[in-house]
Amino acid sequence: MEHTPFSVSAIREHFPALQQKVYGKPLIYFDNGATSQKPQVVLDTLAKYYAIENANIHRGVHYLSQQATSAYEAARRTIQQYIGAKGPEEIIFTKGATDSINLVAFSFGERLKPGDEILISAMEHHSNIVPWQLLCERKGCVLRVIPISKKGELDLEAFEQMLSERTKLLSIIHISNTLGTINPVKELIAKAHKVGAKVLLDGAQSIQHLAIDVKDLNCDFYTFSGHKVYGPTGIGVLYGKEELLETMPPYQGGGDMIAKVTFERSTYNSLPLKFEAGTPHIAGAIGLGSAISFLQSIDMQAAAAHELELTKYAQGILDTFEGLHIIGEAKNKTSVVSFTIDQMHPFDIGTLLDKQGIAVRTGHHCTQPLMDFYQIPGTVRASFAFYNTKEEIDTFVAALERSMQILGS
Amino acid sequence: MSIQEKQQEIIDEFAIYDDWMDKYEYIIELGKSVPTLAPELKTKERLIEGCQSNVWLATEIKDGKMHFSADSDAIITKGIIGLLIHVYNNESPETVVQSDLFFISQIGLAEHLSPTRANGLLSMVKRMKTEALHSLSK
Repeated sequence: MEHTPFSVSAIREHFPALQQKVYGKPLIYFDNGATSQKPQVVLDTLAKYYAIENANIHRGVHYLSQQATSAYEAARRTIQQYIGAKGPEEIIFTKGATDSINLVAFSFGERLKPGDEILISAMEHHSNIVPWQLLCERKGCVLRVIPISKKGELDLEAFEQMLSERTKLLSIIHISNTLGTINPVKELIAKAHKVGAKVLLDGAQSIQHLAIDVKDLNCDFYTFSGHKVYGPTGIGVLYGKEELLETMPPYQGGGDMIAKVTFERSTYNSLPLKFEAGTPHIAGAIGLGSAISFLQSIDMQAAAAHELELTKYAQGILDTFEGLHIIGEAKNKTSVVSFTIDQMHPFDIGTLLDKQGIAVRTGHHCTQPLMDFYQIPGTVRASFAFYNTKEEIDTFVAALERSMQILGS
Repeated sequence: MSIQEKQQEIIDEFAIYDDWMDKYEYIIELGKSVPTLAPELKTKERLIEGCQSNVWLATEIKDGKMHFSADSDAIITKGIIGLLIHVYNNESPETVVQSDLFFISQIGLAEHLSPTRANGLLSMVKRMKTEALHSLSK
């Protein structure tokens, strides 16, 4: 693929949100773990879709419907190619990563039996905990949690001991939204497969930072949200291996997902539509397709190196602050620096940074069990994207120093 | 001083700050000066859990007037608590129930009392009014 050389300043020009001031200060957006900003091309795609391409897809005989259907299906193929899936039938459009995980929990989970085990880790987001708890309540399955070290790395020995023929699914976060840890997923997947378990990778924080090749990873499911990868909100993706998706029952019933309906019984549409009941988020899917195309124009390897450099740079400076504790010091981590400061509440830090034009996230980041593990109420989290700069980190550090002065004096 | 006058006094005090950081520095100083709630008063019943910060509220009625004391784990929240307590304390339950807290938006802190803020403050104001209302029905 042809890329122009990686240039942060060139990339920034694509993002109108980054050009604004808040409270009279240039916005520094370090809340990318929550959601990313959108490039102009995605905004244009959405506007154009609603302005002149809007029609309901599939089954329409008229011109617009056919246009919209082609655009929707083209987006699916763009995503399929980007993550290296075998075919478009392996790409299911959902509302987001949470919806994707719930789909798997309900559909794949339907076949599970009492005593079957689902393995997650201690660093999961609530969206990769609660769907499995609900499943365990319905089916009498057992949820087991792989422990982590204080540094924020998985205990691989414990993981191996937990694997058995009872393990039916390993559902694990690829990159931790709170710690930034990049889990050694290839190794985990291979080991889980050895006992016959399937593996779901929660890619909500990895699709925007790493080159993803689902075939190479050999994961059975991969989930992500559009809005964290420069696309619209309300759209997400579930990748699943075709042969596995084929065996799974539908998750929701409705239009589009059926082949034939009678009052006696209905037969279901083929993949991927079997899992896309009702009118989907057409604009969202097309918008996500355009976000992914935008990424294809960027040297993502260089972008990942830049994000890693930002992470190391910020962590290196913050590490020298007295009373500041970095939460998540895994050897292999990226794009997230979470921290606490003695005697200072994350909410106070976040509020003062906000007034200086800096957007960070404070709180438990939807990982309450992880906060319990560290025995903290929450952290301040700066999370980076490829459009952030070292200069922004310098400004952030100065603003943090000022905030600490005010709070500490 | 009436509850309106107390609020106007706060608005006047804040008028001298045109920089956000100065305003917050003042709130933080205020937060540090609000007495800490005794640990035995920080019970589950008095806790108002917010997503971002927690608030504890203790209520007393002396001579027909409301007396609130409150605490928070976040100092900015505590500073705003200080302002709310100053406005409500020594007021009759009727006044508290009927009051309109116009000063909050006038000094630019409305965001802290918005339902989306989840810092416990909005729930605290609601509970202050509820407690005042209960005392009226007794």
